[in-house]
Order: sequence, then C-alpha cells, then structure tokens
Amino acid sequence: MASVPDEKPIGASAIEQRRAADHSSFLTHRKFLWLWVALISCIVTSAIYFSIDVQPRPNGGTWYGYTLGTIGAGLIVWLALLGIRKRNMSEGHWSLKAWTSAHVYLGLSLIVIATLHTGFQLGWNVHTLAYVLMMLVILSGIYGIIAYVRLPQALSDNRKEMTTEMMVEALDSIDGQLRRAAQPLDRHEADTVIAALEQDTFGAGMWRRLTNSYGNCATAAALDAFSGNYDADSAHERVRALLARRKAQLDQIRRHMKIKAMLEVWLFIHIPVTIALLAALTAHIISVFYYW
Amino acid sequence: MAIVGSGPAGLSAAARAAALGMAHILIEKTDHLSDTIYKYQKGKYVMATPSVLNLRSDFDFEEGIREDILGTWDRQVEEQKVNVRLNAEVTEITGETGNFTIKLKDGSTIEAEAVVLSIGTQGNPNLLRVPGGDKPLVQYQLDDPEEYYDEHITVIGSGDAGIENALGLAKDPKQNNVVSILNRGESFARAKKGNVDALMEAEQEGRVLVRRETSPAEVKDGQLVLETRDGQETIPCNRIIARMGSKPPRDFVEACGIEFTSEDRDAFPKLSPSFETTKSGIHVIGALAGYPLIKHCMNQGHDVIEFLNGNADLKPADEEILEERFAGLPGSKSVDYWLETFNKQVVILQELSPLQMRELMLESRVHSYDKGEVIFERNAEGSSMFAIAEGSVAVEINPADSSITVPIEQGSIFGEVGLISGRKRGSTVRAAEPTICVEFSRNAALKLIATNPSVGRAVNRISIERQLLQMFGSGLTPADIKDLVDKAEVIEARAGQVLVQEGGEDKDVFVVRRGSMIVEKDLGGKPVFLSYLPAGSYFGEMAVIDGSKRTATVKAAVKSQVVKLPGEEFLKVLDAKPKLRERALADMAGRRATNEFVESRKDSFGSAVDMYSQTAQFLVDNGIGEATDVLLIDEKLCVGCDNCEKACADSHDGLSRLNREAGTTYAHLHVPTSCRHCEHPHCMADCPPNAIKRGPDGEVFIDETCIGCGNCQRNCPYGVIRMDAKPPPKPSLLSWLFFGKGPGPGEPSYGWRKKKMEEQEAETGKKPGKFAIKCDMCSGIEGGPSCVRACPTGAAIRVSPERFLSITRFAEETD
Ligand SMILES: Cc1cc2nc3c(=O)[nH]c(=O)nc-3n(C[C@H](O)[C@H](O)[C@H](O)COP(=O)(O)OP(=O)(O)OC[C@H]3O[C@@H](n4cnc5c(N)ncnc54)[C@H](O)[C@@H]3O)c2cc1C
Ligand code: HEM
Ligand code: SF4
Ligand code: SF4
Ligand code: SF4
Repeated sequence: MASVPDEKPIGASAIEQRRAADHSSFLTHRKFLWLWVALISCIVTSAIYFSIDVQPRPNGGTWYGYTLGTIGAGLIVWLALLGIRKRNMSEGHWSLKAWTSAHVYLGLSLIVIATLHTGFQLGWNVHTLAYVLMMLVILSGIYGIIAYVRLPQALSDNRKEMTTEMMVEALDSIDGQLRRAAQPLDRHEADTVIAALEQDTFGAGMWRRLTNSYGNCATAAALDAFSGNYDADSAHERVRALLARRKAQLDQIRRHMKIKAMLEVWLFIHIPVTIALLAALTAHIISVFYYW
Repeated sequence: MAIVGSGPAGLSAAARAAALGMAHILIEKTDHLSDTIYKYQKGKYVMATPSVLNLRSDFDFEEGIREDILGTWDRQVEEQKVNVRLNAEVTEITGETGNFTIKLKDGSTIEAEAVVLSIGTQGNPNLLRVPGGDKPLVQYQLDDPEEYYDEHITVIGSGDAGIENALGLAKDPKQNNVVSILNRGESFARAKKGNVDALMEAEQEGRVLVRRETSPAEVKDGQLVLETRDGQETIPCNRIIARMGSKPPRDFVEACGIEFTSEDRDAFPKLSPSFETTKSGIHVIGALAGYPLIKHCMNQGHDVIEFLNGNADLKPADEEILEERFAGLPGSKSVDYWLETFNKQVVILQELSPLQMRELMLESRVHSYDKGEVIFERNAEGSSMFAIAEGSVAVEINPADSSITVPIEQGSIFGEVGLISGRKRGSTVRAAEPTICVEFSRNAALKLIATNPSVGRAVNRISIERQLLQMFGSGLTPADIKDLVDKAEVIEARAGQVLVQEGGEDKDVFVVRRGSMIVEKDLGGKPVFLSYLPAGSYFGEMAVIDGSKRTATVKAAVKSQVVKLPGEEFLKVLDAKPKLRERALADMAGRRATNEFVESRKDSFGSAVDMYSQTAQFLVDNGIGEATDVLLIDEKLCVGCDNCEKACADSHDGLSRLNREAGTTYAHLHVPTSCRHCEHPHCMADCPPNAIKRGPDGEVFIDETCIGCGNCQRNCPYGVIRMDAKPPPKPSLLSWLFFGKGPGPGEPSYGWRKKKMEEQEAETGKKPGKFAIKCDMCSGIEGGPSCVRACPTGAAIRVSPERFLSITRFAEETD
C-alpha cells in the first residue's frame, strides 16, 4: 500500500543504535546470551571436577580448587561492582541492562562454581561463613528476580497514570474538603474526622508497608462511625462520601508503597550481606595464605 | 519628533534625540517606562544577547536583574533630560511628513514632524465593554495573586491566563477569597489540558466557582451583574480580573497607513534601510520591526534617530557581525557587495529590501565550496535551506551510484525538503564548481516564506518537484515530471482525516510532505494498524498501477500536508520510464507481502492484534505521530527505581530532563514526560534569540543563548520543558559512597539545591538565572541516551515511530 523512504545506510544505523530501540528485558537480553555463558561454565567446571582425580581429595587447596576459587572470587568482586556501575553515569557504550543480565546469570553460576570450590567440605569456620553469606546474597537475588518479573505490572496498574506526587496532592485536596465539610458536625463526630485527618499516613515502618496492614487506620474507623443511612445532601452524607474517597486514596497510596517496598526490600539483604561477604572473603583468602 | 512606546527601542531613540538636542517627546501608554520588561516576573534575570553585537545607545544595558535594568533607565531618563509623557495611549496618527497629528486616548493631540513607532508586539488587552467596565475594580493583569485577601474576585476569560489567575487566587485557603471564573461557552477548549483539569478539580473542591454560559452584563460598585442562561443574576464582587486575550497592534499600525509584507500573522511592516515604513515620515523599530532582542531594539533606537538627523553614512550595528560572517568568502569584498550580490543573484531574494536582507543574513550563514566538496550528505539531519549565489551544485539522486547526479543552477535553492518535512536529507549534494551558498536557518527560512508570498510559492513548487525526483530517483529529470508537478495539489489534512479509504475506487497517488500517516486494514470489522508513514513516503500507487481497489485505509496521524498527484499523470511517467516502473513494482511487492502476511496470520493473531492496534493508536494520540524520537517505558519491566531520571540528572548539570511517572499509559506502555524531538518543534516558534535548534542526530536542543523567557515552555504541548537554575556541582560519587557527602546520585532535592545556591550567591554576589532545559537526547555523550543505558531492566527504550509502529515488528516480538 505504501512505501517508507529507504533510509538504512550511513549514519542511520548508528543513530538507531543510540536509540537502543531493541525492546527486550534484562532476562532475555541478547537471546539469553549470559544464561548460556553461565550454563556452559557450570557444565564445564562440573565435568572437569568429576573427571579429574585430585589428591588427597577435592577441596579448595588443590590446583583445581585454586582455579575455581580465583574464578569465584573474581566473579564476586565483579558482581559487587554493579553497585558502583549503577550509580556512576559515565560515558561509553555500556548498558545497565546488559550488566544486570550478566549479573543475574553469572551470579547464579556461583552456586555451582563456589560449591565445587569447597569440595563439599563445610564446617564452622570463616571459610564456610563466606560461603553461607554468598548463598544468602544469591537467595535474596533470586527473590529479587521474582519480584522484578512479577511486580512491575501491579505497580503500573495501581498507579493509574498518577504520579506519587499526584496521589499525595489528591489526598491533600480531599483533606481540605473534609475539613470544611466537617464544620457543621457536632463535637464528637468532628473529632473522629479530625483523628482521621491527623493520623500520620506516611510514618509507617517497613513491615507495615510490606504487609499493607494498617489495623488502627483512623480513616477506616471514621468511615465505620459514619455508616448510617443519611440524606443525599446532608452534611453527614457529604462527610461520609469524602471519607470513602479518602480511604480509597489511602488504599492506593498504601498499595503503591507496598509494591515499591516489595521491589526494594530484598536489596536491604542483598547489599549489606554483599559487604559482609566481601569482608569474609578477604578474611578467607588471607587465612588460607597465612596457613599455607 | 514623536516616539511612541517606551520599550528599549523607544527609550534609546528618545535618548539619542535628547543627546542631539532634537525636540522630542516619548509617549507611553502606561504609568511607567518599558511595560513589556516591567511585566517580567520579579527578579527575572534579563539577558543581553547576542553577545557579539555591540550596544550602540546612550542608555546602558547589560545582563542583570529586571529591577536594576529598569532602575538604570529611570535614572538615565532624568539625567539625560529625556522628555517623557506617561499615561498617554496613542490611538490615531494622521497627517504627512513634517506635519503629523498624534491623537491620545484622553482626546488631546500632539504635533510632530516625524514619528517613530516602537510599541512592541504585546498589543492591548481586549477591554471589558459593558456598562461600568471602566470602573477601577476592573483590572487586566494580575501581578501577584497572593496580594489579595477576603475578597470576592471574578475572573473573566476562559483561556490559560484566566484559569491560571483564578487558580492562583484560590490556591491558599487562608487568603479567604471567593473566586469565580466566567466562561461564555460551555467548555474550556482554548486552554491547556493541565490547566483545565486543575480548574475542574478546584471546582469540585469548591475552591473556584465556575460559571458556564455566563457573561458579564454590568459592573457596579461592589457588584457584578451577570447574563446567564436563566436570566440576569447579581453577585458580590470587589475585583474583576479581565483576561480576554489581547489584540496585536497590527490594526492600529495599518490604520496609520503602514503596509505589512503579507497577510500572514507573523508578517512585519515593510521597511526601508532607515526603518521608514510605506507611510513616509513614520518609522518602525524594535520588536514590531521584527527584532525582539533588547540589544537590537536599543541599537535601532539609536540608528533611526541618526538617520532622521541626516547621518546617511551610519553603518548598522550589525555591520561587524556581517563582516565576520562574510570573511570566509573569496576576494575581500565589502558587506554591501555581498548583500547586493545575494539580493540580485538568488531568485527568491530578489524582492527583499536591504533591511530585510540584513536581517535575513544575521540568521544565515554563507559558505564557499571547492569543486566536488560535499555540502551535505544523504541521511544527515538538517532543516536549513540553501541558496546558490554563485556556481552550481550536483545532487546525487542514486545512493548506490554517486555518478548519477542532477544539477541545480545558480540562483536556485536546495535542501528545502528537510525544511518542509523536518526529516533527514534525502541525497548528498556536492559543489559542481567553485560555489558560494547561503544557508538559511530553519527559522529564517520559515520567516522568509511566511512573510513573502512569492517566495512561498516558489519554494513550494521547487520542493514538490525535488521531492518527486528524489523519491522516484532512477534518472528522472525535471522535464519528465513537469506535467505531474503542474497538476500536483497540496492538501492540508487534519489529524485523523482519511485520505484513502479501503475498498475505494479512486486513483490518485499521494506524497506525505509534512506530518505523518497511519495505514490501517480492516480485519473482521476491526481496523488493524499496519504501518506508520513518515514525511517523504508515498502511498496510493498500488490501485493506480494494477487498477485494483484500495487495499487499506490511510489517514493523517497528525495535522499533515500531502501532495496529491493525479493517477493518469503518474501512470504516464511510469510508462515513459521503465526503470521507475520496475522500482514501483518492487515497492508494491513488498507492501503486498505485508498485506498477505496480515491476512494469513489474522486467525492466529487473535486478541493480541487488537491490543497492538489500540496501543499504536494510543501512541499516535499521544503525539508520537509528530515525534522523531521518543522515550517509552515498558511498565511490564519498570521496577520504579528511577535510575533513568537519576542518570539523566547526573549527565546533565544535575537536573533531570524527564519525569518518569508523569505521562500517559496504555496496556503498560508508558509515555513519560520527556521531549519527543518533534518533526516541527512547537517550542521553536517564539524563541527571541532562536536558541532552540536541531542537532546532527535529529535532537532538538536549547543552546546557551537561551534568555529564560519561558516562551518555549508555554509552546510545547507536551509540557516537557522546565525552567530552572543550574545547581552547583555535587561532591563526587565516591565521597558520597564512603563518607556520605552530598545528596548522592540523581537530581539533588530542592532543599539541597536551594541551600547551595544561596551559599553560592553569597559568595559570588550573583543570582543564577533560570533557563529552559529539556532533553537533548544526550547529544555529545558517548554511548547515547543515559536514561536508556541506566535502566537495569530494559524498560526504558528510545524509539523512532516508523520503526516501532510496524506490524512486522510486532509479529517478531510476539513470536
Ligand atoms: C517574559 C519575557 C522575557 C524576555 N527576556 C528577554 C531577555 O532576557 N533578553 C532580551 O534581549 N529580550 C527578552 N525578551 C524580549 C524583549 O523584552 C522584547 O522583545 C523587547 O522589550 C521589545 O522592545 P520594544 O521596545 O520593541 O517594545 P516593548 O518593550 O514591548 O515596549 C513597547 C512599549 O510601548 C507601549 N505602547 C504600546 N502601545 C502604545 C500606544 N498605542 N501608545 C503609547 N504607548 C504604547 C507599551 O506600553 C510598552 O511600554 C523577553 C520577552 C518576554 C515576554
Ligand atoms: C555473590 C553474588 C552476588 C553479589 C556479590 C551481588 C551483589 C550485588 C550488588 C552490590 C548489587 C547492587 C545493588 C544496588 O546497589 O542497588 C546487586 C544488584 C542486583 N543483584 Fe546481585 N549480587 C550477587 C548475586 C546475585 C544473584 C544470584 C542474583 C539473581 C538471581 C542477583 C540479582 C540482582 C539484581 C536483580 C540486582 C538489582 C539490579 C538493579 O536494580 O540495579 N544478584 N547485586
Ligand atoms: S520540547 Fe516539546 S515541542 Fe519541542 S521538540 Fe520537545 S516535545 Fe516537541
Ligand atoms: S536522552 Fe539524555 S537528556 Fe534525554 S531524557 Fe534521556 S538522559 Fe535525559
Ligand atoms: S530505570 Fe528503568 S526500571 Fe528504573 S524507573 Fe527507569 S524505566 Fe523503570
């Protein structure tokens, strides 16, 4: 039916690359390139592990153990560098998506590589501490992936094109109206409304945010208090309708906070434990060389 | 000597007259000098651009705070004994050179031998024409909405200004104002959506009373009588803010007997080199003459008086700039020589006056090329237009074989396709011999076309011819398509207008000249989005070639221009040129394949294809049809980390040029508030220093000559431009990471910026100005758009619409 001017050659492909129009997620990035890299490394390292017969028995102290240990330590340091890469907006042809993609798959491959490195010798020592910390980081990472895959849609659906700022402003404007609408009420009734208005909406701790449980919500309580059958244009009905709107607005904000919290909470394990891991890893390496 | 209007232009003229000891009077409508600048917001930092231009005036002017500038001028008016008459609005100028009568609003008159009009372009606010409309409770401007308390205030007018005023007055409930806004009609169609939404919300909350289908009938003291649908009603009213638009001063100027260059809204009065209009004895300078920058205004004020005083040798202040500009041309010739040469030799410039030539050249560049030198390359970005002053050029019409060229002769123009369509250059152009060209910036060229109808027609014809030659390539010459061009018709299509209807039997071929089209096909009663056609594509040829019915519907995605070519003429060209026919057939085969592909897959597409079509439609509704590059966020992937915004801020002076959360969403595809790099950027329209440009990668960017006037922010329909001051640099990433110094990555909080700015101000004594900032597509940053590179999940992508909106791409993605 029609033709688009042919504008492929010179410069155009460079511009297209700048646009990074390739629409794929960090998991599917470059047709699962890093998944393949990770899988193959796991298979190769396992195959070597089970095919060679190191003496006296496989562990970190053998030549193969050292090889795996070096790879593993190198990987851990590189994985930890993601924290810097993410925040250092330098020039160059890198993309954080590619980094994350490699991070996830290579991070998972550590399960195999590091376990083989131990030669299945675990005990109550600094060496095993490093291993456990690493597994903790990896486990939290696995949760992170699940969250990153499952939650974004819910976040988007709940937002309904509103920004966080707009949600807060909408709440403010409902509050203003409630304050005015509550003027004609008697003292006691007005108090319940004021209690709803004065409750701190955002001071909630991480746990509440995550579980979205606000048992003592004063707005819900006030809405209960105004549950009568009022005349369509009575002051009570106006207040009730506004309280219902306030509740709905609060619910949206709380759901928003909950999903955001679920997307972030694992980083509170992932990052600090990474730092602990780096410390334990250093201790592990020093002690190994010290007792050598 | 009467000088009307005390802006920078009028003031400078009056000062010169005073210095020369000429009898003069400076007449000003308001009760203060220089009303336009007076109305800038308080503390605005006024820029003195262009910096290369020397100031030639008896008054001082350098960049600084509005208050200082006005203060200096007030003082200098006293010191230099300038004769000013305030509160005097000129309503009529009659008479002839040597004997003008200037009538003022209060009925008094002033006699003058010569008149200088420097009344700017702000015009007069439309007045409230009802009984009592002249009472003091009516005002036409609102400087500070926080000034008023406990009042009944009525705002009249349903445009943005009125709505913004009403919202401002009602913003703080503590002011306790009762604010009403009157709208003669039912809807607020003239205002921006954001403003209307805010007003509707304010109405719901009872902060503003919106009265629809209501107009004022009479103003009484403390009361306003309203004409409503159900009869008259009287409301208490202590203050009326009338914002009913303003009338440009053109009518007044024309009534003085002055002709304009064209009917176009943007036209200026016709002027001689000494600023004299077609009405001899009346001169026009400043913004009204087409020079909106303060420095230009002041220089012209000086010059016009010198000319009137008989100083014929005075070189305009821009002489030096032009000298520099022409310095690279061969043979050290004078500025006047080149101006004359261009004027004489370039066909479209022949009707321009010397003053217009100078103005045009200030916004243009000149180049001299050796034989064979490349002027621009195919696919380069560029929206300027070239004219050949000496020599000739060769256009390489076949990208595969650079030896096939078409010549363009001396006096003609080229590069106009980019100007009209806003798209990339279609072919490489080289100098065929030693050549001198003038390159008009986009703005200069558009102004030239708008103000000179004959130029417009000439460019139009040439551009249609060239576009056809370029599109159909294959050794066509202008002679081959002469008939086709003669019969071509330019059609303006509004957004959504159908140009070709599926199943129709009409036989015309269309070329998209400006804007873009969407192609749809009906599948089981539902329109399926097939593809997107940017400017420079053609459609409709299938039915012409094989006589079939239309196989798809084509409609305008945005307001567009298409060239309609009669089918028979098109066929004649095909018959004469077998190579062209071959090419057309090849194109057709490709499109037919798409059609068949869609037909064959229609059952397996299922509801996914509906979703795709609706998503495409959503994107088009959100202005993607006029975008060249747009940031999208796949909300199925976005984890809300805001790393995109942080990256943008960190790579751009600490301020983010995108607002991720804001914007619209459909089917989890989100269009955030960020620049779309429009084909024809609305933001460019009204920029006094022409600071908004298109860069080599197609990015629309604002350069350092921005004066912070905010026009672009108002003109951008997508609200992506922000006005802000550049914050001081942050401590480095590592010192934040290890010692917790500074605000960390991303845009520092408002509080931090404010504190740092105040510290900086205390140190340097300079308050940093607020300038317009927007996405520049990370031009100059290796690796490209930071926002995209910094997204950890791949949610943020930048796309060009024609690539993103295609059904084949969609099929690949769903496979
Ligand atoms: C928000 C904003 C910011 C800007 N910032 C800058 C900047 O930083 N740097 C810069 O160089 N330029 C800036 N400009 C542009 C510049 O201010 C104007 O282009 C310039 O003031 C025009 O000068 P003028 O003398 O031609 O007319 P004006 O300054 O418009 O003055 C015209 C005067 O004539 C009076 N008048 C009108 N009609 C009559 C009448 N019938 N009888 C008597 N008097 C009459 C008016 O009251 C007014 O005082 C800015 C413009 C705006 C709107
Ligand atoms: C020992 C192994 C690992 C180390 C040391 C490590 C370390 C880190 C660090 C330092 C960050 C940066 C966090 C931030 O600054 O926001 C990070 C992010 C992340 N990690 Fe790991 N990680 C490891 C393994 C894994 C594994 C196995 C997974 C997944 C299965 C994973 C998934 C992620 C994800 C999804 C992010 C977030 C990326 C982002 O949002 O920018 N990590 N990791
Ligand atoms: S700033 Fe606005 S008008 Fe200008 S190019 Fe960007 S989106 Fe278009
Ligand atoms: S392309 Fe660059 S300037 Fe534009 S929004 Fe993205 S990071 Fe900011
Ligand atoms: S960087 Fe990507 S995931 Fe993070 S907020 Fe921006 S678009 Fe969403």
